Amino acid sequence: MHELSIAQSIVEAVCERAGDSRVRRLTLVVGRLAAVLPDALRFCFEVCAEGTVLAGAELYIVEPAGRGRCRDCGREQGMNSLYDLCACGAAGLECVGGAELLIKEMEIA
Amino acid sequence: MCTTCGCSGTSEAAVLDSGHSHDGGHHAHVHQHGHEHAPGAVVSLEQQILAKNSLLAERNRGWFAGRGILALNLVSSPGAGKTTLLERTIRELGPTLPIGVVEGDQATETDAARIRAAGCEAVQINTGTGCHLDADMVRRGLAALKPAPGSVVMIENVGNLVCPALFDLGEHAKVVMLSVTEGDDKPLKYPHMFRAAQLMVVTKSDLLPYVDFSIERCLGHARAVNRPIRTFVLSAATGEGVAAWYDWLTTERAAVLEASA
Repeated sequence: MHELSIAQSIVEAVCERAGDSRVRRLTLVVGRLAAVLPDALRFCFEVCAEGTVLAGAELYIVEPAGRGRCRDCGREQGMNSLYDLCACGAAGLECVGGAELLIKEMEIA
Repeated sequence: MCTTCGCSGTSEAAVLDSGHSHDGGHHAHVHQHGHEHAPGAVVSLEQQILAKNSLLAERNRGWFAGRGILALNLVSSPGAGKTTLLERTIRELGPTLPIGVVEGDQATETDAARIRAAGCEAVQINTGTGCHLDADMVRRGLAALKPAPGSVVMIENVGNLVCPALFDLGEHAKVVMLSVTEGDDKPLKYPHMFRAAQLMVVTKSDLLPYVDFSIERCLGHARAVNRPIRTFVLSAATGEGVAAWYDWLTTERAAVLEASA
């Protein structure tokens, strides 16, 4: 549900930067641990972009994988969920990647 | 549609202060800069998607810090007992600790009325179709609440364990509440919220004998997603365990007050 207000934030921020130019393609970075669903975001983006310079723009979403660092042994590793355990058995990995929520770039039509 | 409040057209977020609606006027935002980029140009933007909310949240944070106000963002699923714990806290702590409440719900002013009946000022924000409070709604709520310097502001978020995790309101800490009737695996089912919180309050502990809820398992799950999280177990109905919560509130408030002096 929060994807709707996130899509609105994106459309407003990009429209400010685009001015009167139409946007052909917009690139976002949405980490796999960012609590934002790319499919839901695409759906909401299409709705929010209507009537703006972003209408019909292609939405390209880069999805960086999660990375965690163990608070005990310091080892960095892939992280698929927020409750992954370290190979050493410790719980509560510190998330060091995959939580990105970024507007990367736009390509002008 | 409005970016600021997440509403879709006519059903806008309204701040209700004793039944009066304050028009924030934030819907009239049209940004036309009148410039054009070259066709085919790739323009690097490199900005946080939630930058605007984060900026407004930082302003709220500064506003609280300048006044020595302890602000807490209370989050939980609907019915976990946020309002009931607030009512008891206000009745028992209110005489020595000034408290003000910003209530967030999709609709009705019921919770603000309950808080006022317990003896403190409350402002109700109705988010309409929105599923969470954002920093601008809180800013407008504070303008109506006018909390005293040195007081505690409790921001009771919309009952939802998903969306409010992403939106900083400028609070000192997020407090996630979980009632024993919900199941001890909630921290694993909603890991983003339990990770975002600094404090977990397990409520309705008086019902423990009647439900299959293990405090130990719950704490283990909470620490699996957020190892440093602090936890209180209490019952707002019987008063069991509330003293530790009051101690924490009093200590945190004193620290915030001292930092502002």
